Amino acid sequence: MNRVVITGMGIYSTIGKNIEEVRQSLYVGRSGIGIDPYRKELGFRSGLTGILEMPNLKGEITRRQRVGMAEEADYAYVATAEALKQSKIDSDFLDKNDIGILYGNDSSGKAVCEAYDVLKEKKDTALLGSGAIFQSMNSTITMNLSTIFRLKGINLTISAACASGSHSIGIGYYFIRSGLQEMIICGGGQEINFHSMGSFDGLNAFSINEKEPQKASRPFDRDRDGLVPSGGAATVILESYESAIRRGAPILAEVIGYGFSSNGDHISVPNVEGPAKSLEMALRDANVLASEIDYINAHATATPVGDLNEAQAITKVFGPKTPYVSSTKSMTGHEMWMGGASEIIYSILMMQDSFIAPNINFENPDEFSAKLNIAAKTIKNKKIDMFLSNSFGFGGTNSTLIVKKFK
Amino acid sequence: MEKQEIITRINNFLIEEFELEEKQLQPSASLKETLEIDSLDYVDLVVIIEKNFGFKVKGEDFSHIKTLQDFYDYIIKHAKSN
Repeated sequence: MNRVVITGMGIYSTIGKNIEEVRQSLYVGRSGIGIDPYRKELGFRSGLTGILEMPNLKGEITRRQRVGMAEEADYAYVATAEALKQSKIDSDFLDKNDIGILYGNDSSGKAVCEAYDVLKEKKDTALLGSGAIFQSMNSTITMNLSTIFRLKGINLTISAACASGSHSIGIGYYFIRSGLQEMIICGGGQEINFHSMGSFDGLNAFSINEKEPQKASRPFDRDRDGLVPSGGAATVILESYESAIRRGAPILAEVIGYGFSSNGDHISVPNVEGPAKSLEMALRDANVLASEIDYINAHATATPVGDLNEAQAITKVFGPKTPYVSSTKSMTGHEMWMGGASEIIYSILMMQDSFIAPNINFENPDEFSAKLNIAAKTIKNKKIDMFLSNSFGFGGTNSTLIVKKFK
Repeated sequence: MEKQEIITRINNFLIEEFELEEKQLQPSASLKETLEIDSLDYVDLVVIIEKNFGFKVKGEDFSHIKTLQDFYDYIIKHAKSN
């Protein structure tokens, strides 16, 4: 069985457009949330959203490479280029090795809507252009990045709702551990636009605290009223330990456990047993005790029932004395298909700099979050040797990853 | 639309949209070999021509357009007749 390490990280998010910006935002507890007024014109219940401008890729990659990329693929390109650079992977290495890609994505709503708008107006499919099909498929990120970076290994998209990014790393870890692949680009991408979010808004799941956007995302807080949709992209380079050592790559952390489960229950309402099972499986896979975990990056999105059930699942597995817990979604909003990957990066940054990023807006606990050791403020000088990260999604899909400091 | 205006407009979108350099735009240049317009680019050309000149190119017409000069001539002919 191969050891699996992370040798590169890259991110494009609402709290920073690269690793260093994000590192600083996490430390000071900066929020990336704002308002999109157009959503209100469209009849959204909430105009709250993560705020992120599109990267300008003109001059960076060719027109032919760009035209098939949907919004989330643009984000994923920037994150992946940064991760490859940190991992010291150049063009020559890409050409000579079989590198895979397993990336989380579960929608490309804007591209689909825009193509339909053209079709309605022109009534002619020939006027949709060559990029529409490649933009509108769920695999837009993997199909574009595998072409741009000339990847020759496993190549597929993981669609598992808000656990997509986490499962992509977990499945990548299994591939490398078993020796099927030496290196895989893993991550998650999430579009930020009204096209993809109207139907979710219709479920009344979003916070409506529009008067104070940066206080709207309040995971575990007694007065939370829903999540804030957000997005961007996050990439990690997963690699076998032997490969990393052989090529002198920087080893940032080691993935040691992956747990998963399906609730077999309601399509949108989570339960306690499913997540608890995923947590327990990850601990068993890593062969560690719950007491060895220094930090839990919670899934907690700030929906009333989701946080309530996660708090119970954590208490069930960790007992009355939990490690520090925080939900970085308090700052980023819910990065959905991206979140499971970005939250691994956030946690590794905390591990590198020995701090715990705050669960901002946590002012009063409820009955169940009171049992967790929630970091409401930045915890400084906190050594983290091992952390656990949860991601849960619609359909009851659960994923848990355990990562430790490389020694 | 004047002939020169059409040529300027074509050159502009080839530079802007297709990221070709002005010096590449020789009338004798082959669209496929020299300007490297591939099969997917032809799909986008249909969209751009419709936007710029208001008519729809038939896919099969492209089979007769080999050089940039052929392309100019084709657009000049059809833009005038529209």
